[in-house]
Amino acid sequence: MSITEQEAAKGLTFQNEESTYLQAISQGLGEAMREDETVIQIGEDIGEFGGAFKVTKGLIDEFGEERVIDTPLSESGFIGAAVGAALMGLRPVVEVQYADFLSCGWDQIVNVAAKIHYRTGDPVPMVIRAPSGAGLRAGPFHSQSPEGWFAHVPGLKVVAPATPFDAKGLLRSAIEDPNPVIFFEHKYLYRRLKERLPREKYKIDIGRASVRRDGTDVSVITYGAMLYKALEAAKQLNTNGISVEVVDIRTINPLDKAAIIASVKKTGKVVIVTEDHYSFGVSAELAATINEGAFEYLDGPIERIAPPDTPIPYSPPLEDAYLPQVEEITTGITKLVAY
Amino acid sequence: MALSREQHFDMYYYLLLGRALEERLETLYKQGKIPGAIYQGRGQEACYVGSAYALEPGDVIAPTHRDMIAMLPRGMDIKLIVAQHLAKVTGPTKGRGEDNYLGDLSRGIFTTVSMLPDFYPVAAGAALAFKIQGESRVALAYCGEGATSRGDWHEALNFAAVKTLPVVFFVINNQFAFSTPAEKGMKIGNVANRASAYGMPGITVDGNDPIEVFEAVKRSVDLAREGQGPSLIEAKTLRMKGHAGHDRFTYAPSGLIEQWEEKDPINRFEILLRDEWQLNDEEKQQIEIEIQMKIDGAVAFAEASPLPDPNEVTKDVYH
Repeated sequence: MSITEQEAAKGLTFQNEESTYLQAISQGLGEAMREDETVIQIGEDIGEFGGAFKVTKGLIDEFGEERVIDTPLSESGFIGAAVGAALMGLRPVVEVQYADFLSCGWDQIVNVAAKIHYRTGDPVPMVIRAPSGAGLRAGPFHSQSPEGWFAHVPGLKVVAPATPFDAKGLLRSAIEDPNPVIFFEHKYLYRRLKERLPREKYKIDIGRASVRRDGTDVSVITYGAMLYKALEAAKQLNTNGISVEVVDIRTINPLDKAAIIASVKKTGKVVIVTEDHYSFGVSAELAATINEGAFEYLDGPIERIAPPDTPIPYSPPLEDAYLPQVEEITTGITKLVAY
Repeated sequence: MALSREQHFDMYYYLLLGRALEERLETLYKQGKIPGAIYQGRGQEACYVGSAYALEPGDVIAPTHRDMIAMLPRGMDIKLIVAQHLAKVTGPTKGRGEDNYLGDLSRGIFTTVSMLPDFYPVAAGAALAFKIQGESRVALAYCGEGATSRGDWHEALNFAAVKTLPVVFFVINNQFAFSTPAEKGMKIGNVANRASAYGMPGITVDGNDPIEVFEAVKRSVDLAREGQGPSLIEAKTLRMKGHAGHDRFTYAPSGLIEQWEEKDPINRFEILLRDEWQLNDEEKQQIEIEIQMKIDGAVAFAEASPLPDPNEVTKDVYH
């Protein structure tokens, strides 16, 4: 049962129109601002222009430039300003134009925002929205998936939704969270997915994975745009009689270890698929988590499928070679099933 | 605004308290009772007291790790300051943060980080919140001239200017960034000249004169509160100690410290008080006794306080 169905079972009713992943985020922002006047938006070109991807389009008309704040080109400056506003009782939602540019505000995120609560106990309720991910022929500086950098920082929460429903639900949780949350929205998914969203307010809890497909032979642990390649691989292998379970972790930190371990205990074999590149990142953390929590249940080595340790290339054949593809996943699963 | 006799004595008290507290912390450091470092603002007391005294209770300050004395007129409890230095659980960060990396949000004092001036943008953000919420509050951010070379400094000033935010940027030009003299850190003589690049007023004041500092900061604070946006104030002084407790300031050019000893802000202020406000020896002694008792009490409190429980190491990372 998909998460949408699970939530529907709780009595939500659904909008007539379908919403894209991008529209889901826009709706979440608008509804949060309507509900809570302390929610503000900060970022470059987010006002009249509506943001680099048009996620904030229309917000300035409804909420004015006092709450939808265009900034000069200064990631460190406006992320730091968001920290100050959060300490003074607002709930800022920052947009960086691309997740790649988070590095320009790195210090404010990892040394300021992340390290306040541990020392002072003061909440820092802020969200940084970061369009991430490859597949759009955007080259080394507009394609990165840097969730591993931030998941490594104690004090930050890191989410990476894969569906419109989750994007909106996790955004609402992120905005209400008293901690800094880095919200990775996969820009390849922005306009490629559509689903009907609930009319009512709903939230997806941070730190909760979702089993997207039940299976018995092997678990694929993944998130973000890779979810769809994993589901396609699972579908193809099903015709060969291989039953693949697909777990979407949805939150990178805190990781839903229980859900991951439960799936691995059930299948005994696991393939990890990430868009974060191979070494020292999310896939390694997932492998270590499984080793610590389900070693005795494993019937084969933990398989990792992730991009190579290179910058992300521009040219289509290079980028396609960089990104994990369905065939690579089916091959990995088949090999592991035969182990 | 002319300060009353009482206000002059108030400022005098904080100047003496700041210096005496730093001296006691240095003693504790030399006794090996402080596991980490000390950072002293000796010689800069007028900058701290003059600026912080110009604020109202709802305002906020963003001091650096050298600027503990600026917390005193805000009512920061010195017991907590000493406990923090001694790494005790009764300090404001429960032993998580070191020396002057402390604050108290309820008194409008941010808790700094080492990367300076990272709290410049944060102070601008606090001012942004005040403006959005229609509150008549002002933020005041501190740093040294060395930190004005970093990008965050420029981003904060530009952002605050563009948004007309109620924030005052206060730079203590103490002539050294660790060991690097100011002339090796910037091509211009006055940090205040940088204000023109951001379209805000910039002024240089005598950082060893608490009244001059107070009046300049008060004017900027009033402007900010009236909705006229940020200002930059540069207070020129000399850091009379090394960068930290371990640094003996051996790189100070010969004669420089002696030259600035003669401009000692507390001695100068005391002369003013004697000449114009009838400070006498008895009053001075009373203030000093009061301060010593207060510091003795704070040290006793800190020494009697427990260290943190090791089991607390993983707590409070998240709210």
